[in-house]
Amino acid sequence: MKITFLLNGETVELADVDPTATLLDWLREDRGLTGTKEGCNEGDCGACTVMVTDEGGAKALNSCILFLPQLHGKAVRTVEGASGPNGEAHPVQQAMIDLHGSQCGFCTPGFVMSMVASHANGATDHDTQLAGNLCRCTGYAPIIRAAQAAEDQPVPVWVKDKPVTAQASPMLPGSSDELAKVYAKNPDATLVAGATDVGLWVTKQLRDLDPVIFLNRCEDLKQITITKDEARFGAMVDMNRMGEALADLHPSYAEMIRRYASVQVRHAATVGGNIANGSPIGDNPPALIALDATLHLRKGDVRRSLPLEEFFLDYGKQDRAPGEFVEAVSFPRQADRLKAYKLSKRFDQDISAVCGCFNITVTDGVVADARIAFGGMAGIPKRASNVEAALTGKPWTRETVQAAIPAFDSDFTPMTDMRASATYRLETAKAMLERYFLEDQGELTNVLEVSA
Amino acid sequence: MSVTKPLPHDAAPLHVSGSARYVDDIPTPKGSLHLAFGLSPIAKGKINAMDLSAVKAADGVVMVMTAKDLPFANDVSPSIHDEPLLSDGTVHYIGQPVFMVVATSHLAARKAAHLGKIDYAEETPILTVEEALAADSRFENGPRIYAKGDADAAIAGAAHVIEGSFELGGQEHFYLEGQAALAVPNEGADMLVHSSTQHPTEIQHKVADALGVPMHAVRVETRRMGGGFGGKESQGNALAVACAVAARATGKACKMRYDRDDDMIITGKRHAFRIAYKAGFDENGHIQGVSFHHYAICGWAQDLSLPVADRAMLHSDNAYLLPNARIESHRLKTNTQSATAYRGFGGPQGMVGIERVMDHAAYELGLDPVELRRRNYYEPAHKVAEVEPTEKPLGHPDPHEDLTSRGAVDMGDAPVRPLPTGGNTTPYGMEVSDFELHGLTEALLKSSNYVARKAAIQKWNAENSVIKKGIAFSPVKFGISFTLTHLNQAGALVHVYQDGSVHLNHGGTEMGQGLFQKVAQVAASRFGIPLDMVKITATDTAKVPNTSATAASSGSDLNGMAVKAACDTIRDRIADYLAERHQADPSTVTFSDGHVSVGEERYTFAEAAALAYQGRISLSATGFYKTPKIEWDRIAGRGRPFFYFAYGASITEVAVDTLTGENRILRTDILHDAGASLNPALDIGQVEGGYVQGAGWLTTEELVWDGKGNLRTHAPSTYKIPACSDRPDIFNVALWDGENREDTIYRSKAVGEPPFMLGISAWLALSNAVAACGDGYPAMDAPTTAEEIWHGVQRVKGGT
Repeated sequence: MKITFLLNGETVELADVDPTATLLDWLREDRGLTGTKEGCNEGDCGACTVMVTDEGGAKALNSCILFLPQLHGKAVRTVEGASGPNGEAHPVQQAMIDLHGSQCGFCTPGFVMSMVASHANGATDHDTQLAGNLCRCTGYAPIIRAAQAAEDQPVPVWVKDKPVTAQASPMLPGSSDELAKVYAKNPDATLVAGATDVGLWVTKQLRDLDPVIFLNRCEDLKQITITKDEARFGAMVDMNRMGEALADLHPSYAEMIRRYASVQVRHAATVGGNIANGSPIGDNPPALIALDATLHLRKGDVRRSLPLEEFFLDYGKQDRAPGEFVEAVSFPRQADRLKAYKLSKRFDQDISAVCGCFNITVTDGVVADARIAFGGMAGIPKRASNVEAALTGKPWTRETVQAAIPAFDSDFTPMTDMRASATYRLETAKAMLERYFLEDQGELTNVLEVSA
Repeated sequence: MSVTKPLPHDAAPLHVSGSARYVDDIPTPKGSLHLAFGLSPIAKGKINAMDLSAVKAADGVVMVMTAKDLPFANDVSPSIHDEPLLSDGTVHYIGQPVFMVVATSHLAARKAAHLGKIDYAEETPILTVEEALAADSRFENGPRIYAKGDADAAIAGAAHVIEGSFELGGQEHFYLEGQAALAVPNEGADMLVHSSTQHPTEIQHKVADALGVPMHAVRVETRRMGGGFGGKESQGNALAVACAVAARATGKACKMRYDRDDDMIITGKRHAFRIAYKAGFDENGHIQGVSFHHYAICGWAQDLSLPVADRAMLHSDNAYLLPNARIESHRLKTNTQSATAYRGFGGPQGMVGIERVMDHAAYELGLDPVELRRRNYYEPAHKVAEVEPTEKPLGHPDPHEDLTSRGAVDMGDAPVRPLPTGGNTTPYGMEVSDFELHGLTEALLKSSNYVARKAAIQKWNAENSVIKKGIAFSPVKFGISFTLTHLNQAGALVHVYQDGSVHLNHGGTEMGQGLFQKVAQVAASRFGIPLDMVKITATDTAKVPNTSATAASSGSDLNGMAVKAACDTIRDRIADYLAERHQADPSTVTFSDGHVSVGEERYTFAEAAALAYQGRISLSATGFYKTPKIEWDRIAGRGRPFFYFAYGASITEVAVDTLTGENRILRTDILHDAGASLNPALDIGQVEGGYVQGAGWLTTEELVWDGKGNLRTHAPSTYKIPACSDRPDIFNVALWDGENREDTIYRSKAVGEPPFMLGISAWLALSNAVAACGDGYPAMDAPTTAEEIWHGVQRVKGGT
């Protein structure tokens, strides 16, 4: 595979690229750019953060789970390129020095690059922007002070990158039509959308993946179409764009996406990948199932659609034929009654122990419709059918809720693992229904909305 | 003067530009090789047979080594030689290195390390407190016991008795830079080792033993670590020794760095404890007696567990005068990672024990928890008669096998001889003469507006059914000094060049705490020169020998004093020379503002250095320091283990979602005693960071092993240290305006570990919030994850 991209403003052309070579290893081992650090090699600590600019703008990304071919046509900026051509400090670098934002310094290049990217984008929600960068020394306070101090400084010209023109390449299809063709020819290929999951197959499971087809240049798969009847998301819509698009339609879902993963991971992760990998703890499926979503699949020129919940057959098993890929997911436009409750050990950048999504429509005080789906409660994302039945047609009251709660026991038999015990999972699933009701009655139930 | 200025970390410009160099960033010689360990997949057993043919045949593999291929010592233990580099035929935890792969790349080595086919005779592992006690699996013959007065009798006669037991989890260090070492063979039998270590001398010693050479043939250099927190005091031994042995065998430079998952699976963590307590209080909340049972999970090898467990005992009083106390400490041997040093070194566990007692007692007695604590404080600071140390050992000289390591050796049993009750003394008989907490507490209560906020929280809790708030106060009194007395020494090497620039070296290591900057500030102040004239250089066993670990918060206390001594030697020589030249009294020569003044003459420091050089004056000197006044008998549990105490206090306010247990820290106020701070910016950095790390330990950081001894939380995806938004929304940190009552470097105080324990107030605040859900003391385990809080809520509501 032959690829072209910009590295700190200079053109790089690579031939015979190993499709699963990571940007981090290439930077450190081949280019000797050791400013970018390996902290965890799985996208969870942010020490390897770089800024990547493509048509969608400047994005912070984890270079440890970013394969080189994903950079084709893009511009990469590392910490070495954060300073100006004459060594001028970027405003965030100067602020980090002045306000004591570094101690051991190992996480610092990653923080700096997250800050360079968010500064370039004018973002000031620093806790969210930096949720994917772990620091063990400072307790974060001085880093946030630095981010705030740099807010009003102009963006230096030297960090304003532009993507480059890139030649077509068979394993980097430029559209879903091209993808359909190449995948039909290579039905055993591994599809890589954002590599936030597949990346770990390589860096942690040490698997050899070949052939690999990269989907990130399929522009038509990145479309978001919202009509008066339907909201439709192409499989390659990344989670940040997904969150933005949902902010008005279903704000609770958008807030769940904010917590679903860090900015870096959300820039790479796609809705299609989150569905197709079939994880029982992916956060999108329960929310989408609660919204009555339809999944759109394609194999060659044959397309089919099915209710999303039917895609998940069993643990690790989905209704997807060899050579078939996820093209889009859609759900009907509806009044917003959705609440997505993500329960995890840590609020930000953590995998859910339980993700409960409730969509309960009440008409004239009576439950007209209830769609409730959970992640983390079974081997697949699963609806709480018995709870739904116990609610539907009943008056929307505390008594109805209490009466429905035992139905959770027949819907779910969750497991115990390092994230939570079976008991806690089941009992908090029940508590989430209670929370949904109380929230609907106007009671304060969100601990994130409380201040001292 | 340079000291007391809030200057940025000396390496900050390098940090932010990515040019600060860590071990894995050092350019390696052509042909360098990379190492990885093959790990045991079982927690206990014997190796029947090893088939490593697939490992040897894998791409890029140059060599595979097992224990029998090691030329000399197969030992990376910092204490009693019970920790082989590679399995001796038995395995003792999941993750124990069994063989090592030497390959042409890091990735090739990692891939090959998974290809070993090893047949084990599996045995039943010991994983829990119960299992270890049942099997009498422990270090030392029996429990260690420290006692003062008669605790049992005092408790029996008390008006109120409280009793309980709780689990206190361990903690992964999660230094951002994983363990790493690079060994470069030099001419002859010499070896240069770059190690990410807090203890270069220990690395030098272990490498020398593994290569069968004297220590003079091994040079260890450490420029910086990407975080240490105690995790690099002994845990770097294996990598450095492996690299050195492989480098000797292959003649090539060898590098090893653990992948994060391997790092978490292989290396030791903070000791988990079970703490059982029983305490008696009078009607007014004065403690009459307390009895603790500590059960420390030490893992499979002894490492530094004995002094860790000792320090837990030594902090079982925290800030409180205990008229009668008994502390019984069991050091349990289990088939898990060998628990090791971690910021606080057992102190936090001991302190959590007594803070739980105070919290529980305040609840039972219906007293304000701050008031109850203040009633039990030690007496305010006062002058005491100075007792000169005997300089002769107390009852039990410490027979150390590893001279510069903290790893103590089992010394058999000693009869328990309780110290007499009475006096302002600790349960180990040390007079507390520098107690700052009365004034400090008063100031913090005021600045945090505690009383009004506590009332507001009660009102909030009455009005809100789902979200409950809690608030809590906790003090810290932390003992400063290595409890192994002879480690309290340090050396320094200072050169002044003819242009007046200064080259500075000492035995301390830089892991982010700002030690190098603080020590450079000392040097600049002694010479009266700007800081940019002082060059800070990598720690190097060839420059300063026989160093102690940069640990026990001792870095600036010890090395600052040693550097001061070296600088003063050179300064005195310059002063003597210039005084003679100008017929002046040497004591009238001054060094300030970059100048040296003698009589009417005023030289720049560079001119003075050049003159001294031409006058054939030596401008290079070593400095040495040993901490005075300390002596300690760890078997009898008596003496003065600490030169002084560092103090601090914190107040934390939290909110808890009682439906799920999810929770947040809303506000934290801290007042911390760093003495006369050498650098307030760096010290506040230690306080902020220490608090968040301490709160993380007690809240979200949960280590989970399965029934077979597999660590299930071995990556940041499953082990959750605090993230950005987990720090308190409102975070007010200030330093107590005071100075060390002992003669330390510029009257400053150590600040590395003490603030960690300020995080205890977060744990207590969560308990306070849960208590608002019903009747009954929540009695929660730590870490209080959302799940643990949910269980606590059910308990106080009288549910499950």
